[in-house]
Amino acid sequence: MAVKDYIRQRFFPHIWCPGCGHGIVLNALLRAIDQLGMSKNEIVMVSGIGCSSRISGYVDFHTLHTLHGRALAFATGVKMSMPELNVIVPMGDGDALAIGGNHFIHAARRNIAMTAIIMNNRIYGMTGGQYSPLSGYGTRATTAPYLNIDHDFDIAEMAMAAGASFVARTTTYHVRQMADILKEAILHEGFSVVEILSQCPTYFGRKNKMGSAADMMEMFKKNTTPIGSEAKKENPDLIERGIFVQKDVPEYCSEYDKLIENAMKGQ
Amino acid sequence: MGKVKLKEHIINREWCKGCGICVHFCPKNVLELDETDKGVAVRPEDCICCKLCELRCPDLAIEVLTETETSALVKSEEAAEV
Ligand SMILES: Cc1ncc(C[n+]2csc(CCOP(=O)(O)OP(=O)(O)O)c2C)c(N)n1
Ligand code: SF4
Ligand code: SF4
Ligand code: SF4
Repeated sequence: MAVKDYIRQRFFPHIWCPGCGHGIVLNALLRAIDQLGMSKNEIVMVSGIGCSSRISGYVDFHTLHTLHGRALAFATGVKMSMPELNVIVPMGDGDALAIGGNHFIHAARRNIAMTAIIMNNRIYGMTGGQYSPLSGYGTRATTAPYLNIDHDFDIAEMAMAAGASFVARTTTYHVRQMADILKEAILHEGFSVVEILSQCPTYFGRKNKMGSAADMMEMFKKNTTPIGSEAKKENPDLIERGIFVQKDVPEYCSEYDKLIENAMKGQ
Repeated sequence: MGKVKLKEHIINREWCKGCGICVHFCPKNVLELDETDKGVAVRPEDCICCKLCELRCPDLAIEVLTETETSALVKSEEAAEV
């Protein structure tokens, strides 16, 4: 199938601003799914609220556009009732880690099979550029005109600590790596977390004088390095990208099936 | 399979928002924004068919057609006509 057969063309051009990184994530995700040869009917995309969450309106899979921060809770219900489906949950950094932070760590802890994609633009894009838990110390936002004093956290480290069995990071500059990582994440039998550094030129970029969308992508190129590279040893400030964890851990839905089977024994 | 050769760039002017990402990152300087801020291939003869413009376009507005394939979009439109 061609990439364009996986989208709802009637809703294009999409609503995202010129140069918004979320469109590049959509682009790579469609290519990953196309390369995996998956049919539209075996995928469910569940999203919350945010610019990033609008992605579910554009793909021609089964889609659910739910509540801010609650996508993983809805997705858990879908997966538990129909575990044969592939569940993909795209989220903004605010959606996943501010209001939805609790759902995030517990979905990771349970190791329920789904792919959580965090489109990290370090800001609340949809509501006008308020700072998010990922904006980071010393950045500017609509609600932090005198510099942000909140520290951010490392999504990959937090996902690993919470028990996610697949954890990876990439950026909108690294489009081939993005499609490759998404393929691995979708195939993984467990909770997969893929953090994608994405640009919001309209708010985060403008407030922090980062230039155009292309300039912001140049920064993703400059400020990141493959996991375990020599460059990282020399410059610890570089952000690592690649697959951090990919391990076999008992998956929640299959454990639940076993539990039912055990409980029914002798009845 | 022989060497992949460019057939044409299909740029959807309705979907392109003129962000300039394709222009900025093309390794061969093939693309430019025209006076209405839409991406155009001004030096197609220099294109090496790396498809990075197609992969990085946030608006799914570029398709790089090569000799070995035809556009699925064009195909389905043609199919709709007959
Ligand atoms: C319960 C609830 N609280 C707050 C909001 C307002 N709201 C909508 S989107 C959003 C944050 C969007 O930021 P993010 O999730 O990072 O996604 P982005 O728009 O940057 O892609 C907020 C606070 C809401 N819709 N529902
Ligand atoms: S406000 Fe930011 S995140 Fe939202 S569509 Fe525009 S660039 Fe993208
Ligand atoms: S990357 Fe896409 S939207 Fe941006 S200028 Fe090029 S064709 Fe237009
Ligand atoms: S395919 Fe590569 S060389 Fe050709 S226009 Fe696109 S980015 Fe430039």
